[in-house]
Amino acid sequence: MHTQVLIIGAGVTGLGLARDLVLRGISCIIVEQGDINSGASGRNHGLLHSGARYVSSDSEVAAECLEEADILKRLAPQCVEETGGLFVAVEGDDERFIADFPGLCQKARIPAQSLDIQEALEMEPCLSQKIIAAYRVPDATVDPFKLALQNFCEAHNHGTKLLRYHKVVGFKKAGNRLISAHLINTETGAAIFVEADQFISAAGAWCGEIARMAGADMDMLYSKGSLTVTHSRLSNRVINRLRKPADGDILVPGGTVSIFGTTSLRMDVPADVRPTVREVDHLVSEGAAMIPGMENVRYIRAYAGIRPLIRSGPDAGDRSVSRGFILVDHAEDGIDNFLTISGGKLTTYRLMAERTADRVCERLGVCKPCRTKEKPLPVDPAFEWTEPGLAPREWIKHPDHHDPLLCECEMIPASVIESVVNAFRSQGGKPSLKAIGLRTRMGKGACQGSYCGARVTSHLCDRGDLTGLEARKELRRFLQERWKGERSILWGGQLVQSELKEAIYCGLLGLEM
Amino acid sequence: MANRAERSNYELAIIGAGIAGLSAALFAAKEGIETVMVGETGEILFASGLLDLLSVHPIGEGKLWDDPWAALNALRNDLPDHPFSKVSPAHIRTSIDGLLEFLSEQNLPYRRDPDRNVEVVIAMGGVKRTYCVPETVWNGVQALEEKQPTLLVDFEELKGFSALQIATTLTDRWPGLRTATIPFPGGRGLQYAEQLARALENPESRGSLACDIRACLGRAQMVGFPAVIGLYRTREVFKDLEKRIGVPVFEIPTLPPSVAGLRLRDAFHGGLAAKGVRLFPRHRVAALRYELNSNFILDIEASDGGKTLSAGAVILATGRFLGRGLRGDRGRIHETLLDLPVFQPQERALWHRHDFLDPRGHGISEAGLMIDNRFRPIAADCDPVHPHLYAAGSVLGHQNWVRAKCGSGLSVATAFAAVNAFLTT
Ligand SMILES: Cc1cc2nc3c(=O)[nH]c(=O)nc-3n(C[C@H](O)[C@H](O)[C@H](O)COP(=O)(O)OP(=O)(O)OC[C@H]3O[C@@H](n4cnc5c(N)ncnc54)[C@H](O)[C@@H]3O)c2cc1C
Ligand SMILES: Cc1cc2nc3c(=O)[nH]c(=O)nc-3n(C[C@H](O)[C@H](O)[C@H](O)COP(=O)(O)OP(=O)(O)OC[C@H]3O[C@@H](n4cnc5c(N)ncnc54)[C@H](O)[C@@H]3O)c2cc1C
Repeated sequence: MHTQVLIIGAGVTGLGLARDLVLRGISCIIVEQGDINSGASGRNHGLLHSGARYVSSDSEVAAECLEEADILKRLAPQCVEETGGLFVAVEGDDERFIADFPGLCQKARIPAQSLDIQEALEMEPCLSQKIIAAYRVPDATVDPFKLALQNFCEAHNHGTKLLRYHKVVGFKKAGNRLISAHLINTETGAAIFVEADQFISAAGAWCGEIARMAGADMDMLYSKGSLTVTHSRLSNRVINRLRKPADGDILVPGGTVSIFGTTSLRMDVPADVRPTVREVDHLVSEGAAMIPGMENVRYIRAYAGIRPLIRSGPDAGDRSVSRGFILVDHAEDGIDNFLTISGGKLTTYRLMAERTADRVCERLGVCKPCRTKEKPLPVDPAFEWTEPGLAPREWIKHPDHHDPLLCECEMIPASVIESVVNAFRSQGGKPSLKAIGLRTRMGKGACQGSYCGARVTSHLCDRGDLTGLEARKELRRFLQERWKGERSILWGGQLVQSELKEAIYCGLLGLEM
Repeated sequence: MANRAERSNYELAIIGAGIAGLSAALFAAKEGIETVMVGETGEILFASGLLDLLSVHPIGEGKLWDDPWAALNALRNDLPDHPFSKVSPAHIRTSIDGLLEFLSEQNLPYRRDPDRNVEVVIAMGGVKRTYCVPETVWNGVQALEEKQPTLLVDFEELKGFSALQIATTLTDRWPGLRTATIPFPGGRGLQYAEQLARALENPESRGSLACDIRACLGRAQMVGFPAVIGLYRTREVFKDLEKRIGVPVFEIPTLPPSVAGLRLRDAFHGGLAAKGVRLFPRHRVAALRYELNSNFILDIEASDGGKTLSAGAVILATGRFLGRGLRGDRGRIHETLLDLPVFQPQERALWHRHDFLDPRGHGISEAGLMIDNRFRPIAADCDPVHPHLYAAGSVLGHQNWVRAKCGSGLSVATAFAAVNAFLTT
């Protein structure tokens, strides 16, 4: 297999880069060890930063966020909800920090409007009576799955190929150049080699590993962040704690749910991370200071992602390390056709892709300008279903009682599952519960897969997509995967749900045996 | 004035209407005890209709047993705190015999091989080892054992049931399986087992179903359906359908909410009322109070208003988290009515393992009430909390019914033991 550009990593950065390149007429292949958004792009907060969070720590990042958020609101409105955001401080928070905030925002040109307390409480009744300051900023939310899937759709429509479940394990080199990447199919163990003119690592937290395989070196830090998902939406707007960035600072609405986080724990290696009971308890109590209801709401999940951080200056804790991105040209390490793009934010993924694509074009002698700054992101209706609340809205508009709702929590009928499976197949994917879960809200409601897991597998068997034996294996995988996010939030109502789930899948179906 | 005439004092009050509570009421009524039972219909609606006794022990090894009685013996040796170890084998047998006799009287007969677990094909292609099965399932047990040429039928819109899935799971084990998907006679848009079961109460639906089946029967000697053949008069509906099709028929247990659970509930409610048990089936006990050496007071509530009852003794058969007999908050696990001491892991981080399907089971599953040998919940000092307070069923600790596959059996046996303990005070 040969291509002009091989991109490693199908997170938003790699996918955004593929889109940028194909729009300039350059062909690429993306290789990904899992499916789309297996890394940080699928485990983040979904906050489209106005930049206000970074005004005190990193004015450059703040400016990038402000500009990029604005571009995304205009060009990818289908992925964005313009919720607006608040910054609030509670009794006991650092007065100096509060006093400096408006000036810093002004300097960064981020509109921050001071609110009186009563006004803020009326806007967001969930807030604590003990807030002492409140500002309104233009924060918004972004659906990272829709964003990634829609970016890939356009790239795919222009011929980009995605090798899912293929892990890069090494490179072949000749002199100062990489010749091919050595890939292992993580499902079958089969090896393949892909030759390319240029190699780009967009492997997020795994960039260090990839660089090492190529014979280069990168000094990286890793920080784990855990988030909790509540059963219902707690606020209309994004709510940030107005203090020096710390744990449990941000509540982000996501359609019908809210997401609260994060923690920040140093990791030695970018491993498969799971939230712990202790982290969740910590988040609940931090959150309750700002939003008292967080003590009693129902949580349905928690998840964790890894931030790759770029070491800069004296080590003053992970939150003070830059959130900016780096584009490393490994010519410095003696490899002439290898770049790494890492760090940054979801909010700035487009800019990261643009800068990287500019460099690739330079190398390939292509002089076409970036188009993603003006061209709207096309909407492919088959990949809209990650949006919370979309399926129920559609169902209520056109209920069809011959179209069984396979997932009742999120109201996903069989026809939606089928359209997603068909679209996914046309992109070369093999349907699995995990793949469907990534492209819809299936399994994300209160039952966390108790019913829909079984119903969707049966449906796939009926369609001939899976045999019964494959279905059993699939179901096991799906349940284990969901469990990672359930285990730390199982008390109250969700504990009841998990007991039912175990009664069905173990008590009745014996899947543990 | 009718209200005033209604009695409010009973010898025994049973709280909870799952298998444990219903069985306790049955055993109490048989002994002529003046009994009241209060409980919302709980997990029974989720039940598969299969009555497990014990088929896995020890659970960590996943060792499967053909003979449930031998399994019980082994368990008794290994796990002295297990509630099964506090019931004599003879009483376990008597309890199950008693239940089956009752269900048979209620026209919901069960079948079993007294000394052997059997294997049943269930939805999703699972094969489950269990002890007693509804008569309507029995043909399937034999068909599987003898690998008879069989037609499996499913209905176009019924959710969570695919004949093809079952057949393609069992290809090696049961090569003679064929499948057919047919539209449900006389109407589309029926997606739940209960709706189909209700429709099949109508002879015309059965007629046209039988007609469709005969057309695709081929060389099949048996026909398997999802468990939807009748709801109120199951036996009659089943026999009639079998006659119309012309070959033996069997039901395959479906995922919850299942028709099997509804049939059990109806059989119990009808039968217990006839035996003189006073039932409050849609009620909740909001509070339970007692003073030592005096009666228990139950405040019961329902949408149609509340009531207060008193009783000389109480059996708690309130179930676990799903039944609402136990509740977990972020810090610990509580018993919901009296805040009785609950055996439990030390902290929440130990409640669940990292893998959902870990063969050893989760720590929280063993949480529950601690009891003395007479099935009375005990306090930290090992003395009973109250001389006439008993507990039965899944609310009991030191057991993991889900993994041991002993749900109903444990509930029935411990219900019997609790009633027996009450009788012999
Ligand atoms: C907890 C948390 C919260 C965050 N919240 C926000 C937020 O609210 N707003 C915001 O703007 N940003 C947020 N971010 C940052 C944002 O998520 C990331 O900056 C962004 O997702 C990075 O995308 P990426 O494509 O560069 O990397 P990733 O999404 O990590 O993609 C890297 C991909 O490379 C693949 N890969 C790795 N190694 C190999 C290999 N050997 N072979 C093949 N494939 C490989 C991985 O599987 C992965 O899919 C958050 C991050 C975290 C961790
Ligand atoms: C999905 C599923 C599948 C199953 N499959 C099988 C199977 O194949 N084979 C098998 O043998 N068993 C099976 N079981 C187990 C079986 O159905 C019972 O759940 C088990 O035996 C426990 O019964 P129980 O009566 O102790 O508790 P529950 O069934 O939980 O009953 C407790 C009852 O107490 C009531 N209650 C609680 N608090 C109060 C109160 N304050 N006032 C009034 N009422 C109250 C509840 O409403 C409920 O009715 C299954 C269970 C489930 C959930």
